[in-house]
Amino acid sequence: MSDRKQVSLTMLKAGQSGRIVQVQGGPGLINRLSVMGVRPGGRITKVSSMLMRGPVTVQIGRTQVAMGFGMARRVIVEVVGAGT
Amino acid sequence: MKILLMGNPNVGKSVVFSRLTGVGVIASNYPGTTVSYTRGFTKIGDDRVEVIDVPGTYTLEPTSEAEEVAARMLDEGDVVVNVVDATNLERNLYLTLQLLERHVPVVVALNIWDDTKHRGINIDLEKLRELLGIPVTPTVAVAGEGIKELVDSIPRAVSPDMPARSRDERWAAIGGIIDQVQHITHRHHTWRERLADASVKPLSGGVIALVILACAFFIVRFIGESLIGYVFDPLFNTLWTPVLSWLGNLMGSTGFLHDIVIGKLIDGELDFVQSFGLLSSGLYVPFAMVLPYIFSFYLVLGLLEDAGYLPRLGVLMDTVMHRLGLHGYAIIPTLLGLGCNVPAILATRILESTRGRFIAATLISIAVPCAALQAMIFGLVGERGVQYVAIVYGTLFVVWVILGIILRHTTRGFTPELLIEIPPYRMPLWQAVLQKLWMRTYGFLKEAVPIILGAVLVINVLYFLGVFGAIADFTAPVITGLLGLPKEAVTALVIGFLRKDVALGMLAPLALSSEQLVVGSVVLAMFFPCIATFVVLLRELGVVNMLKSAGIMISSALIAGGILNLIL
Repeated sequence: MSDRKQVSLTMLKAGQSGRIVQVQGGPGLINRLSVMGVRPGGRITKVSSMLMRGPVTVQIGRTQVAMGFGMARRVIVEVVGAGT
Repeated sequence: MKILLMGNPNVGKSVVFSRLTGVGVIASNYPGTTVSYTRGFTKIGDDRVEVIDVPGTYTLEPTSEAEEVAARMLDEGDVVVNVVDATNLERNLYLTLQLLERHVPVVVALNIWDDTKHRGINIDLEKLRELLGIPVTPTVAVAGEGIKELVDSIPRAVSPDMPARSRDERWAAIGGIIDQVQHITHRHHTWRERLADASVKPLSGGVIALVILACAFFIVRFIGESLIGYVFDPLFNTLWTPVLSWLGNLMGSTGFLHDIVIGKLIDGELDFVQSFGLLSSGLYVPFAMVLPYIFSFYLVLGLLEDAGYLPRLGVLMDTVMHRLGLHGYAIIPTLLGLGCNVPAILATRILESTRGRFIAATLISIAVPCAALQAMIFGLVGERGVQYVAIVYGTLFVVWVILGIILRHTTRGFTPELLIEIPPYRMPLWQAVLQKLWMRTYGFLKEAVPIILGAVLVINVLYFLGVFGAIADFTAPVITGLLGLPKEAVTALVIGFLRKDVALGMLAPLALSSEQLVVGSVVLAMFFPCIATFVVLLRELGVVNMLKSAGIMISSALIAGGILNLIL
């Protein structure tokens, strides 16, 4: 266990970056997210989240992905740096 | 020989397909544009080979219905042209490796190659060819660059001996390849990327959406009305009217044949809207009332599609759409429905669940009027004042929301969460936009005009035979009692099954009050889909769900019409 702060994507602030630690979910979800680039070890930056538990948009490499709040809650990241 | 075009969503497979086969297909800048297979033919050397445009897939381990079909499709092909987004190499290679593990001969088209340079991406092509063991051709399909080289590479497709790997092993292998072939130079955010980020933030995104949608609406209206007022109306009035008058006199100005061909004279004059002859209303409605709006709507839609705005609207609307039992991506079929319900209902295939498709298709066929019907609403209801047009749209919107909420609570199944890739903003290419516009406009002329003429013919014959009179008497309790319309208005509802634009035109000679015209327009829009939409609904939903959907349509149309009749 690292001493770095681990939070879910929903807790990450817009502009903050992190390294994906874990996707908590069944094999289906893990697979769907992984092929879009959301998989452990990858660097991820949160672009935005919509109000009222709306979808979360993230940047992974050259790709932007929007996912529902429930999915974003299952993606655990280790915060690596604060953005703007 | 069969060639399959496969690749991740939104990498440009359809553009490559068009370039290879010359078959026009709708290509846009959002994942899921292609929802069914398109087949075409191309020549390689002297051989005629079949090319199949397969819907985009991220993986061959099926995670959705569309991907399952794509995976099954693989057995049919002899060669796979794997279209890869060069600006997203790592993610795209996952499918490439899976394809190679299946031991099918593959060539790679490294598409969107032009974007790599200004995105600071450097790809070592030789190294990539060596590591994958297959031909790799850089292409810019939208500009036609590299297509010839791609075709030349197809006979050299091979299936290198690729070991089967687990998911993690595959990603590790890809990591190894990327380290060797790709070099990325850091560069600053471009204004396009800043705008892209701003479009999916709650506040700025909302403002951008309002500005874009308002602009879209006014541009559609402006172009549509200008075309009508300065081009088509003058054309018909100055050139066509004299021809018809001459022809009418020749035919004796009255009689069955005259009324079918020229139409009934209104106060001794020809009226393009009310006369209802094949050569008067039969041509005026499609060409001078509907076509201008088809043209302007699809021009603006094409620009929004190719710029890549629509998925962002989906993100913004996601929370709202969940209230209707859908998720944000359902906004795309809904917007397409404002053009024509047929492609809109086909596009509901981008939704993952049967429940989502049922709700979306039902809502579209009830509460989303197509461009042809809207053009007629603007033309006929608009004459009475803009507030009446607003009531029609407002009612349809309220129906959309209320019905969506009801369907969400009553339709079985669950709505999955949104998970989409958001493409970068791209500057729409005029050539591509105009080609798409031409395909859609031509599609309207080819498919709608014959039906419109047929409908006008049927209307005249039914009038002549007195069938409408019998129907009108039979349905009078509902039409007059519930909706407050003259009993003859039922003819419009009957003809609405053929074409809704012509049907709305049939309300014109009935001397309706403005309130009645509003009720008539709303009921006509909601009551039942036109035959083209009906056929697609039946195919997409199946008989049982189609019957359910039809029941919902008829009852909600009567309820909404009845309420409007009471409060107006």
